[in-house]
Amino acid sequence: MNYFPDEVLEHVFDFITSHKDRNSVSLVCKSWYKIEKYSRQRVFIGNCYSISPERLIARFPGLKSLTLKGKPHFADFNLVPDDWGGFLYPWIKAMARSRIGLEELRLKRMVVSDESLELLSKSFPNFKSLVLVSCEGFTTDGLAAVAANCRLLRELDLQENEVEDHRGHWLSCFPENCTSLVLLNFACLKGEINLASLERLVARSPNLKSLRLNRAVPFDTLQRLLMRAPQLVDLGTGSYVHDPYSEAYNKLKAAIQSCNSIRSLSGFLEVAPRCMSAVYPVCENLTFLNLSYAAGLQSIELTKLIQYCRKLQRLWILDCIGDKGLGVVASTCKELQELRVFPSDPFDAGNAAVTEEGLVLVSAGCPKLNSLLYFCQQMTNAALITVAKNCTNFIRFRLCILDPIKPDPVTNQPLDEGFGAIVRSCKGLKRLSLSGLLTDQVFYYIGMHAKQLEMLSIAFAGDSDKGMLYVLNGCKKLRKLEIRDCPFGDAALLEDMGKYETMRSLWMSSCEVTLGACKTLAKKMPSLNVEIINESEQTEFNLEDRQKVDKMYLYRTVVGHRKDAPEFVWLL
Amino acid sequence: MSPRLRGVEEEVQSNVSSPSVDCGLGLKECNYLGLSDCSSVDSSGVSLPDNNKNNLNLKATELRLGLPGSQSPERETELCLLNSGKLDEKPLFPLLPSKDGICSSSQKNIVTGNKRGFSDTMDGFSEVKGYVYAEKSWMFHEASDSESPQSVGHGKYSSNSGVNVILSARSLGAPASVKKDEPANVLQKQPHATSGINLKQTDISNNKSSARAAKAQVVGWPPVRSFRAKTLATSSKNNDEVDGKPGHAALFVKVSMDGAPYLRKVDLRTYSTYRELSSALEKMFSCFTLGQCGSHGAAEKEVLSRSKLKDLLHGSEYVLTYKDKDGDWMLVGDVPWEMFIETCKRLKIMKSSDAIGLAPRTMEKSKVTN
Repeated sequence: MNYFPDEVLEHVFDFITSHKDRNSVSLVCKSWYKIEKYSRQRVFIGNCYSISPERLIARFPGLKSLTLKGKPHFADFNLVPDDWGGFLYPWIKAMARSRIGLEELRLKRMVVSDESLELLSKSFPNFKSLVLVSCEGFTTDGLAAVAANCRLLRELDLQENEVEDHRGHWLSCFPENCTSLVLLNFACLKGEINLASLERLVARSPNLKSLRLNRAVPFDTLQRLLMRAPQLVDLGTGSYVHDPYSEAYNKLKAAIQSCNSIRSLSGFLEVAPRCMSAVYPVCENLTFLNLSYAAGLQSIELTKLIQYCRKLQRLWILDCIGDKGLGVVASTCKELQELRVFPSDPFDAGNAAVTEEGLVLVSAGCPKLNSLLYFCQQMTNAALITVAKNCTNFIRFRLCILDPIKPDPVTNQPLDEGFGAIVRSCKGLKRLSLSGLLTDQVFYYIGMHAKQLEMLSIAFAGDSDKGMLYVLNGCKKLRKLEIRDCPFGDAALLEDMGKYETMRSLWMSSCEVTLGACKTLAKKMPSLNVEIINESEQTEFNLEDRQKVDKMYLYRTVVGHRKDAPEFVWLL
Repeated sequence: MSPRLRGVEEEVQSNVSSPSVDCGLGLKECNYLGLSDCSSVDSSGVSLPDNNKNNLNLKATELRLGLPGSQSPERETELCLLNSGKLDEKPLFPLLPSKDGICSSSQKNIVTGNKRGFSDTMDGFSEVKGYVYAEKSWMFHEASDSESPQSVGHGKYSSNSGVNVILSARSLGAPASVKKDEPANVLQKQPHATSGINLKQTDISNNKSSARAAKAQVVGWPPVRSFRAKTLATSSKNNDEVDGKPGHAALFVKVSMDGAPYLRKVDLRTYSTYRELSSALEKMFSCFTLGQCGSHGAAEKEVLSRSKLKDLLHGSEYVLTYKDKDGDWMLVGDVPWEMFIETCKRLKIMKSSDAIGLAPRTMEKSKVTN
């Protein structure tokens, strides 16, 4: 029952921004549903195949900002073949046809063609923001189309995409009267850039707050850009290599000093360590520092830099910082909330420079730590227990021991107790990734204690179906479960089929699940798409039900089987 | 001998008559259990070295999960149970059903998996993300006894096995067939199967990233985004080359030669002295100069030795010149090498007769470059 006219309700709903809350609002009654429906501007779709573009548009005709995610997470690690899916084009086509006033598009792990970028650039006159994360399928020609046609473009954010660089002058395609840029990130591009165009573009973008350059932008250009954009808040350097005794270097030092708004620093894909001192002046105000691509910096340079970063909240770094370096982080960065330590040599586990010691030091020195991604040589239960005691606020805890089934090197025990301590102590844990030698016991703990857990990644762990069942039964809020190389089979998969309707998706690869069980599941649960990725030449008909499937990906959907699946994906 | 190996061997021996398809040159396509798969044989033009039957070092063939001391014995038993169970099967399908459900090890399903991983390995062997299945294959085949007719070339470890793998993979063409062979995740639980078999002893002639690749065992592990893995690989390569000095990775300049129908390009950064550069240029342009001195007939061409060529290039016929930043043509060899590569924009192999203006220097130059 409405005591207020619709407009008032609409105004009230404007204050409700969380997707979950808005979803709840729409369930209250028919009129609230209708008002919410027409006033909804931002939509988040975690799995692009859970709904179709047409239904989306019908449901939310006022759509202005769309977030879409395509391939399953494990596609990042080459577990999903190319052409699996996740194509952007149908979405753009449908929105263009229905004249949706799209302004923002954020994509993750989608296949984005130049065609779709071109169509996008021509179909949405108010288009303002394009964020592509881990996408592929486009070239710099597509970027040129966006640059040329999106007159009101504010953000072009390319994060870790595979872009075919045609070395075209896409940057020159920004029209001379385009002055609206606020964010420009092309760090992932491999090719040359028209430096003069870049300088002109930056010069005519007074609102530019975030600029992340690629490797092709040399040192002296960086200096000139900083002179033109002292208002920058977020800077990603290109090539940071020069003679520290040169005039150009001194000029850069001066330029950096005039940039007193910089709070976030990244880049350094190519770096001359002796030039890092130019950056020290901005360190004291930095809240985000990303040196995870700066392979040229050794621990000693890293620690020297970090010693100035007292206000740091997020740090992404390579493991060459070492345990001692992490000790410096611990004693300097008291505000640290997020730490990511990446492997500098991912495939040479023997050389990983950080161990459990570094993590313990950070946990002791940084009580606000709530998000962790840590690639290390080894981990002990004792360390994890200590970390759990020191930091109870973890929301994300992702540990990757480079040797995936390594036990506690001190006790030779599995790491069940360590992870158990983490889930027991961190009541707000939402995301967890496990590694090391693990038995069913760790899953018992997870099911028992990780009540807020939404995403769990498991590899090479567990002994039996019980492990998976503990998780499925205990983690009520579980949304995404991804499992590889674990001995979980049909019994676990089929025990509670309804559970999958409460989740976004389940990935199981190299487990014990058979084709027959997948078929059963698909048959009993029409609201799920059960996909088998089969990369052999066997056709579906030759495979017996008893045979194990290599990769299974299932997800809930309201639109049934997708029409764009390639040959190697079987939709059961 | 350990029980499990024995078990495996027995099975294998009883299996001698099992279908093994010969793909022509001795490379038999096998699924991960070492059994041939009739249905998808269509490739392999590789002739393998004769190591098929030898080199079985049983001791070193122990399948182990994880590092020494970290073994999970259960899994191993399951593994060998699986082996013994499965070897009897008619391997028409890459995915083998679990006959009895005992074997809970996860190798079975992996047969067809990781296709990309494997072809990635082969295609981009020098990339960091080149997971080498070779090692895994070896380990498996060692366990299953080399006498098995299904032994696959690409599983044969020997000092050449690394190369075998590459060769066989490349010539196999269809990735499908390749993947079936590889017992990919047989060893997934053993990410550092460095014991015994040592890829380093192979003559993989790739750069050091192949040694790195050798240690990478499993597709998708560690879970590092491929973008990141690739970028770091490039970065470290560049940093090595740059060696702390400012500069970019490659410095390509065009090289022309009078009378040659087309130009070449060389990366000056790959050389550190004038001598290296000149010998590289000799090699590159030898095909053109052959014509000059071979006017006596075809036979001469074959006989033309490098030293004769050298004389050609540096003695009397040709001089090496370069165009510098200011656009002037200079004689190569006057300035220190480092300075030279900073200023050189283009190279030209000129006939001495054209280099009259520089002639007085010619004799000295030939001393320098020789």
